[in-house]
Amino acid sequence: MTVAPPKILLQLRVNGTDMACAAHPNKTLLEVLREDLGLTGTKHGCEMGHCGACTVLLDGRPVLSCLALAVEAQGHEIRTVEGLAHGPHLHPLQQTFAETGAAQCGYCTPGFLMTAAALLETTRTPSEADIRQAIAGNLCRCTGYTKIVEAIALAAERMREQAEHV
Amino acid sequence: MLRLPPFAYHPAASLEDAVGMLARYGWRALVVSGGTDLFANMKQRLFTPEVVVGLRPLRELSYVRASEGGVAIGALTTLTHIAEDPVIESRYPALHEAVSVISTPQLRNMGTLGGNICLDTRCNYYNQDYDWRRALGFCMKKDGQVCRVAPKSPTCVAVNSSDSAPVLIAYGATLRLAGPEGRREVPAAEFFRNDGMRPWCKRPDEILTEVRLPALPAGTRAAYRKLRLRNAIDFPILGVAVMLQVEAGVCVRARVVLNAVASKPVEVPDAAAALVGTDLNPRALDEAADAAYAAGKPLDNTSGSIPYRKRMLRVFARRALAACAPGS
Repeated sequence: MTVAPPKILLQLRVNGTDMACAAHPNKTLLEVLREDLGLTGTKHGCEMGHCGACTVLLDGRPVLSCLALAVEAQGHEIRTVEGLAHGPHLHPLQQTFAETGAAQCGYCTPGFLMTAAALLETTRTPSEADIRQAIAGNLCRCTGYTKIVEAIALAAERMREQAEHV
Repeated sequence: MLRLPPFAYHPAASLEDAVGMLARYGWRALVVSGGTDLFANMKQRLFTPEVVVGLRPLRELSYVRASEGGVAIGALTTLTHIAEDPVIESRYPALHEAVSVISTPQLRNMGTLGGNICLDTRCNYYNQDYDWRRALGFCMKKDGQVCRVAPKSPTCVAVNSSDSAPVLIAYGATLRLAGPEGRREVPAAEFFRNDGMRPWCKRPDEILTEVRLPALPAGTRAAYRKLRLRNAIDFPILGVAVMLQVEAGVCVRARVVLNAVASKPVEVPDAAAALVGTDLNPRALDEAADAAYAAGKPLDNTSGSIPYRKRMLRVFARRALAACAPGS
């Protein structure tokens, strides 16, 4: 092909907000989020579907934004790490990741947070096996996964306590 | 950064629309469902279609429908959906096992059964980026002339890496295709070809629409065992699917299918022969595992050494057989 197809208008619903931009149809959701919508919390990792750093939620399910077309994400609810906190209040997962030292270099963290957020929305009391299974698609190259598993379990506990006090 | 090559994107309004677009654009177009295989390959410039036809809008092709005659699964059903389906888990446990160990949770949320069946064959010398392949002088599957794994081979020996494929063959499933000349059905066993460059009998203008699993007689048991380097993500470097039917303690029907040892799943009739007529005692299972060991011929085109994969053939065949034998 000699001439690239023209840009198309994309209308995406990200973190509850309708957003629009013009982008080429071959752009991935990851590229559009970062380059056209300025949401750089979602990270470029391997870009081949191996590492999970680019994980976002599509209708509540974790997916890899590096292998999803932005044009195909239209009409779906997209959630990124920018949507986790409520104003100045961190999501319990962000709080526990910080407290337990589950983030070292931090590059894989947004992907882990989104995967874990999806788990805790469907599973109130996850076992350690549930947690390890849920994060099987997220790679951390700094260290083992012990602190990450602890952080997710602690966040689950706090979210249960919060739910009981409401 | 790894960008996708330029293409025009056309969402399918209906199955007929998708078939029509494939007919109209010919070799310049490819269909995509989950995108987990195609887009990764496109980033490595293994495919550069001018037009990508998106099947994702065809929600009517995403279903698991059980009836007395068996179960029908739409080709666009995600692997997560199938892994979580209680009917598949109870009636077709080997398929449940196979789809549950395909890649990662994120990729199973995206990838579809149709996409896994039509997974491109894989090879160490093929699944590399453009510069890597160019430095080596390419291979016959893409841009080059010779096979880098077996230089004297007239055909490409890239490996069928679909975990669902051997299981569907073991269960005797049927695949439904839609094309410009109408619809047709192909037994799963006849869908795959032992040619890494043309690994299916599906024509390029046909779309896989449905998988039909037959109702199974009482006493049927099946299992799938997969070997991969990292249990959290990798493609199989060996897979063994087993389906057995037992009547009054005697095995009356058996099918053993190996995966990741050829460009198509390999059925092992000698293994079945070692099982039929026996009470599936340990010695019969050993003999069947020996037959699987003899039939599987791994080549140097996946991770893991050839001797290791060869040795594991017997081990994994024995484990899959033991999982199906009564009393296990």
